[in-house]
Amino acid sequence: MSMKEIGAWALDTAKSRGATYGDARIVDERSRALMTKNGKVAHAADSESLGIGIRVIAENAWGFAATDDLSRSSVEATAAKAVSIARASAKVKAQELRLADEKPAVADWTSPHQIDPFTTSLEQNLDLLMQVDAELRKVDGVTLAEANVNFRKCEQWFYSTEGSDIHQKRFITGAGFDVYSFAGTEIQKRSYPNSFGGQYQNNGYELIAELDLVGNAGRIAEQAVALHKADQCPQGNFTLILDSSQLGLQIHESIGHPIELDRVLGMEANFAGTSFLTTEKLRNLKYGSDIVNVVADATQQHGPGLGTFAYDDEGVAAQCTPIITKGEFIGYLTSRETAHAVGDTRSNGTMRAEGWNRIPIIRMTNISILPGEKPLTFDQLISNTDDGIFMQTNRSWSIDDKRYNFQFGCEIAWEIKGGKLGRMLKNPSYSGITTEFWNSMDAICSRDQWTLWGTPNCGKAQPMQTMGTGHGAAPARFRNVKVGSAFR
Amino acid sequence: MMTPERAQELLDKAKKLTSADDIELIIGGGRNALTRFANNTIHQNVAEEGFVISVRTVIDGKTARATTNKSDDDSLRRAIKSAEELTRVQERDPDLLPMASPGDPPRPHANRPSRHFASTAAITPEDRAAGVGKIVDIAKKHSLVTAGIYSTSDTFEALVNSRGVNTFHAETKAEVSITMLAGDSSGWQKANSPNVGNIDAAHLAEVAARKALGSAKPTELPPGKYAVILEPAAALDLVGFMFYDFGGQAVLDERSFLSNRIGTNLFGENITIEDNAYHPLQSGAPFDGEGVPRQRVTLVEDGVIKSLVYARGTAAKMRASELADKVGEIRVTGHGFALPNDMGDAPMNIVFSGPPTGQTKTVDEMIASTERGVLVTRCWYIREVEPYEKILTGMTRDGTFLVEDGKIKGGVRNFRFNQGLVHLLNNVEQMGTPVRASGEEAFDMVVPAMKVREFNFTEVTKF
Repeated sequence: MSMKEIGAWALDTAKSRGATYGDARIVDERSRALMTKNGKVAHAADSESLGIGIRVIAENAWGFAATDDLSRSSVEATAAKAVSIARASAKVKAQELRLADEKPAVADWTSPHQIDPFTTSLEQNLDLLMQVDAELRKVDGVTLAEANVNFRKCEQWFYSTEGSDIHQKRFITGAGFDVYSFAGTEIQKRSYPNSFGGQYQNNGYELIAELDLVGNAGRIAEQAVALHKADQCPQGNFTLILDSSQLGLQIHESIGHPIELDRVLGMEANFAGTSFLTTEKLRNLKYGSDIVNVVADATQQHGPGLGTFAYDDEGVAAQCTPIITKGEFIGYLTSRETAHAVGDTRSNGTMRAEGWNRIPIIRMTNISILPGEKPLTFDQLISNTDDGIFMQTNRSWSIDDKRYNFQFGCEIAWEIKGGKLGRMLKNPSYSGITTEFWNSMDAICSRDQWTLWGTPNCGKAQPMQTMGTGHGAAPARFRNVKVGSAFR
Repeated sequence: MMTPERAQELLDKAKKLTSADDIELIIGGGRNALTRFANNTIHQNVAEEGFVISVRTVIDGKTARATTNKSDDDSLRRAIKSAEELTRVQERDPDLLPMASPGDPPRPHANRPSRHFASTAAITPEDRAAGVGKIVDIAKKHSLVTAGIYSTSDTFEALVNSRGVNTFHAETKAEVSITMLAGDSSGWQKANSPNVGNIDAAHLAEVAARKALGSAKPTELPPGKYAVILEPAAALDLVGFMFYDFGGQAVLDERSFLSNRIGTNLFGENITIEDNAYHPLQSGAPFDGEGVPRQRVTLVEDGVIKSLVYARGTAAKMRASELADKVGEIRVTGHGFALPNDMGDAPMNIVFSGPPTGQTKTVDEMIASTERGVLVTRCWYIREVEPYEKILTGMTRDGTFLVEDGKIKGGVRNFRFNQGLVHLLNNVEQMGTPVRASGEEAFDMVVPAMKVREFNFTEVTKF
């Protein structure tokens, strides 16, 4: 049975039961997770999942039902259930539902990649992880070493009653390592290339070679141990330089989430929260300094980010939407349902679902800060800074439910004195108010320092959905930032 | 729906398809539905049905897992083949134990807790819509806007293995979470239970509305150290951050804040905590990720760290380690995660003891005893800043109040805290009766409201 026929069972049933709109997403996912820990395989697991999610509008209200049983009787029963759920939704309705127009699309797209990670051998991957593990544990003082690779293949067929027929296939590759050192009353940790699993992209196995995990293991392990002898990061207001991975998370929390229009409109008020970025601020707020330029770019041209696709999960083509231009706030992340709330006639294509059993919701795509136009390397940025602190690699992150007040901790920092990196500092943290922080940015490195980071674990919605998002960033400098409140 | 007999049939089929020394199936799934509302409208309304079969093989001292959400022969064969390939390619692990056998250790109770209620399983989308309608009516009565969820589920978990373990748990759950929004304030309440009859959505809505109205026009207090009254959900989300450190593997890995502290008087004498999967207010399966029956474990007694929890393999490793005489009693407690995993074990059914008879305080009594302090309804976005003193940062949310001269004076802008858990649990002045609490950062627990000295608010946000 073809996927198109299965989709037709769903949509025909939905229409016959009275749905005025319907879409069906069939998702076939495969994943592999390998992890080593202190010289042993700690985790080795494969997973596959196939199912269908059917979303309908009936009586001008939403319903959704999903099943892993793709037999005709099951799919038709699930579609009928979605319609009956929509009719139940209609009983509590204070607002009219309308979708922005979207031309139906017929497309077939595969994310660019050189090597399908599932074609690489288990031996090859476990050998790589064991090499990393050995390099980490060569360093005296290391008490725990963990390394991982993760692969995912996601194939999706989308059909709608409007005539869309979209097939997409994405490969996701991720890898990284963590190293811990416990001594006395302190647990110190370093990670590479990023914390919480490493770097993730919509990419093939070629990403693994680019990361050079083995080549960086010894250096990072030595830093984890050296942190015990480092001075505590001072408290006060400082010039702060962030590495690109930490800046990526800063973008995620203090720009990416506030611009989600569903949050702005109160749809996440019970769980993920709302946003300070109420609609009257559109084109009427100085979000950042003149050099802050941020886009939401899901297009292939932006790079292999976790937010790259050809069409979103309600059939809207990937777009590049300016969010902040020269510091001015000019755009939200929208959907077909919400676009009209800010006067738009078309969604900018950000509806994404975790899998076949979840509805699409507004999600970050690749929310990236554009690099500086003038050449500026990291070394030049440091040499241009008389006095400050350079922080690297996230350790903790927290922001209020309107996305004003944030606090981030990093794994490691260095003092900057007279244009040079000086003593190492442990337990660094900084905090602030979103718009004040972004308005204090006075330098960002150029394209050659820019990395498209992946955040694989963004949680939102009820039931909870975990989504991967992309964040391009380069090292940047901020003035007069509050440092060290976490330890006050 | 799955039954123990059907699970055994799948195992019998799997045994014929594998050449592994041992094989285990974890089969889990069921039906989940969630009605979500915002702006006084049901805006999302979903239902799903399905289950997964997760296959673990053991071959010559090695193990791995593969999972499929299909039960046909081809899918099962494919999952088994994947698990076997992942297993064979590894080096032998001398610490890996054979799969669990039945009755080792025995169940601590003859009867398993019943957590499946037909009344909950029978809830329909129309029932949920009617429930939401009543919540919206209460919001409108108070000129408020409401957002939240009403969800129900009917799920199961089966674990069967080739050594004879055949354990099965079915459970229902109903959950309501309600936020009431006013112009510049909000209030929140949440509750869940296997039995929908225990959920009083209208009462929750009224309390959330009262909090929203009572915290209107919030004033700004300076950051600093305050006496703080943590309602159960707020206490839950804070203390919940420490329990992964009570796993034996966390201590072996030296990533636990309990390293070098077991047997010490780490918390105040009024803190006693156990893990008890059989407590009437608890939920979840009474067996762990290897099918081992969960045992009752006293984690903290009168402030002293008494015991860790252990998976089978972790207990064996701990007994052979140089820590063996420094960690108290070492026994298999039925708290392991499904193998293979890097985390090992953790307590999952936390029950706090309340204060001695006569010393229990209601939240109102805590307020009445407070000269100047802050009442916290809910915490948000809590993360660990420092792992050994367990310094946590996070925000207050949806109902933060100034208490003065024994009375609530009104709402205050939300605070950021940076609070050490060790410090917090040494400064609990008063406690309420432990209740089943549900938050967002930690799994549900039986925990009391707490009045705490010198709670460390470090910043204030703009609302």
